[in-house]
Amino acid sequence: MAESHSQKHHILPLSVYLAVGTALLVLTGVTVWVASYDFGAFNLVVAMSIAAFKAALVAAYFMHLLYDSKIYLLILLTAIAFLAVFIIFTMFDTMTRDQIYEIKAAPIEPDAVIYREAVDTTAGVTDTTAAEVIDTTAGDTSGH
Amino acid sequence: MSSHAEHPKFLEHHFVEPEQQAASAKLGMWVFLLTEILLFGGLFVVYAVYRAWNPDIFHNAHVHLDVMLGAINTVVLITSSLTMALAIRSMQLGRQSETITNLVITLLLAGTFLVIKYFEYSHKIHLGQLPGKFYTFEGIEGTNPHIFFGVYFMMTGLHGIHVLAGMATIIWVLRRTIRGDFSAAYYTPIEMTGLYWHLVDLIWIFLFPLFYLVG
Amino acid sequence: MSDSPAVHYLNEQKGWKSWLLTLDHKRIGILYLYSIMAAFLLGGVFAVLIRLELLHPGQQYMEADTYNQFFTLHGAIMIFLFIIPSIPAALGNFVLPLMIGAKDVAFPRLNLLSWYIYIVGALVALYSIFAGAVDTGWTFYTPYSTESATTVVPMTLAVFILGFSSIFTGVNFIATIHKLRTPGMTWFKMPLFVWGLYATAIIQVLATPVIGITTLLLILERTMLIGIFDPAMGGDPVLFQHFFWFYSHPAVYIMILPGMGIISELISTFSHKKIFGYKAIAYSSLGIAFVSFLVWGHHMFVAGQSELAAVIFSFLTFFVGIPSGIKVFNWVATMYKGSITLQTPMWYALSFLFLFTIGGLTGIFLGTLSVDVHLHDTYFVVAHFHYVMMGGTVMAFLGGLHYWWPKMWGRMYNEKWAKISVALIFIGFNITFFSQFIMGSQGMPRRYYNYLDQYQPLHAFSTYGSWILGLGFIVMAVYLIHSLFKGKQAPKNPWESLTMEWVTNSPPIHHNFEETPKLTHEPYDYDKVLAEKN
Repeated sequence: MAESHSQKHHILPLSVYLAVGTALLVLTGVTVWVASYDFGAFNLVVAMSIAAFKAALVAAYFMHLLYDSKIYLLILLTAIAFLAVFIIFTMFDTMTRDQIYEIKAAPIEPDAVIYREAVDTTAGVTDTTAAEVIDTTAGDTSGH
Repeated sequence: MSSHAEHPKFLEHHFVEPEQQAASAKLGMWVFLLTEILLFGGLFVVYAVYRAWNPDIFHNAHVHLDVMLGAINTVVLITSSLTMALAIRSMQLGRQSETITNLVITLLLAGTFLVIKYFEYSHKIHLGQLPGKFYTFEGIEGTNPHIFFGVYFMMTGLHGIHVLAGMATIIWVLRRTIRGDFSAAYYTPIEMTGLYWHLVDLIWIFLFPLFYLVG
Repeated sequence: MSDSPAVHYLNEQKGWKSWLLTLDHKRIGILYLYSIMAAFLLGGVFAVLIRLELLHPGQQYMEADTYNQFFTLHGAIMIFLFIIPSIPAALGNFVLPLMIGAKDVAFPRLNLLSWYIYIVGALVALYSIFAGAVDTGWTFYTPYSTESATTVVPMTLAVFILGFSSIFTGVNFIATIHKLRTPGMTWFKMPLFVWGLYATAIIQVLATPVIGITTLLLILERTMLIGIFDPAMGGDPVLFQHFFWFYSHPAVYIMILPGMGIISELISTFSHKKIFGYKAIAYSSLGIAFVSFLVWGHHMFVAGQSELAAVIFSFLTFFVGIPSGIKVFNWVATMYKGSITLQTPMWYALSFLFLFTIGGLTGIFLGTLSVDVHLHDTYFVVAHFHYVMMGGTVMAFLGGLHYWWPKMWGRMYNEKWAKISVALIFIGFNITFFSQFIMGSQGMPRRYYNYLDQYQPLHAFSTYGSWILGLGFIVMAVYLIHSLFKGKQAPKNPWESLTMEWVTNSPPIHHNFEETPKLTHEPYDYDKVLAEKN
């Protein structure tokens, strides 16, 4: 059981590290070069894709994910997945703030049941407001 | 129960064998990196939300960032990641002086990164391109152009703090290497420092295009 | 007597240095236990004073601003200083290595550091209380929290610091559970408390960093006037709520999951029966952890969130009840045809089943978007979370405390007084909080200093309940402290449980086990072990 190599790590050859390092530098240049072209809405996608690929190289080789137990990769992917949930679900809200749905935007129905004179059910509180049509044309409800 | 003759100095009492200790350390460090990703992640949420709400400001403001300096910093950090990885490799091969060389180069590159950032920050402070109520620059079109700089300073600032912390950790590990604490059989602290340092590099790999190359 | 060794972890080293510099997970667990009990006392005092003020409408003993500070501090102390660390740090630290046959946690020094970080955070929080206590509510919502003249910065800084204590505990437990299990103890031979701690640790590491960045942003907003939550500067106050609840919703599962783990132990042990649906319970812990991250917007239905987001969050919220329901059914099925002994820990487990079910169901009511529009910010919400947090987590914590008390101290407490205490707590709790469900559904808003006369009877009822509840805790403190000095010597395994911590002495020796323990049976194999005995 007693072995001299307590950490049975596959030692990567120097050439692999240098190749990955070179690739990363080249990709950095590509990122800058590609930024001078306009892909419209895809600008962000292109930039992030290149960045993601660079990140994958760092993770796979420099951080040894390619050669280690899969649990570490799982941990990294879990972090990214939950971060994605955070961003995406938050943007479900922030990107749809100004959407008013028809059912809410329509004027209030004056004959609706809830506006008929309510019977006194709670101690001392009687709802006797007459029905009014309230103008609900949408004001700006976005957060800014 | 193993005899004490076979019990390496670095093996802690609650571990049965060095493999278990090394694997535990690695697992713990990766989980810690996960927490760092979520910490920075919050700021990525801020970025995403505000860029989606204010695409014009982000576009107009980013041209005031120096792409050359940003690119140089990216090259600097990537190279430092390379030398950090090589430092670990050197110790895997038991080469102490090579490890030291690689660690020192990593440290110098990290310092270079911070120096370049210092120049960038000073320039912005000078021009009044600052977050929130401190913003006084008059050259950017759009409502609330300070938003870009608010997000920029928060994200690069937090990143910079992590670079500093990384440098401190590298110095600690460098001292221990010089002292002879490590060998081909035991180099876990260097490896853990490396993982942390690569994460710092990873985050910058995303920050660079997000701030300097906004379409 | 080998059951109670002469030299054990409590007395083998003496003096304050041996405690403050200890690396022994058992001692660290005890340090945490003292800390969280002190926090519980402080938070409880605030609670009693709040209920005293609310006995009648109008001003009784304090100004409105003071009242705001009291409910803020009650919430912040109970959540950050008591309930989040409670089961993992106090009980988990002690029991986890014992349960998996290990000598310690994976990173003992990190463990001690976690406790010191907790203490620093607690001190910063205490400072903030005396320097001009926060009055924003424990939720620190913007824009008030960016403008309030109170000590928001120190308190949020305290939260930031405390977050790291929680994170480091989570890191430690994940590594411990993955790497330090005794040979033969595969994942599905672990006790369910360990599964509970594991799922909790996952949430801790994923969610807590976000409260870290949230408090950082709030501090920057206040000090550097960045404007990300200020509409006048293009910011969004609701964004703060997204940040806050991304952590704080999963945080409530940090609170309940370890409790559920304890309940699995208690029900199986005191029914002397194999747990029903082991895998279902194990997977449901992970299921809860996962879904808990998808529902945070249900705290924001009326905050100004968009319709679409509200609908999505409400829909997803229904799913989070399913794994909890699965657990409750499995526990009941475990008891069926079991040979039940009604000792104190079991009374806590039964209380949990009843109270948590009410709390959990009312959570689903609140998660229903259309219903929440009416119930949001009423006492219905207050009742709901007290039923799950106190009726759930605290009951489980107390059950676990009474279960492992003999192991921790080598002493038995007085069973009669313990049962009296449970009864007082159970009765007091229901009187205090059930009235709040009724009040809330009748429209009584939460965090209100004053109220309409029509609510006074229910408020009074609730306050009297709080006195009974408080009395129950006082009784508990007395007999527990008494047991430390005069309690009967505890055997190794007073409850005849089959998990590994009961194999070793009460209290355990420093290294936990004389020899690396062998897994001779699965943790709940009561029928098998009984058959072997006969």
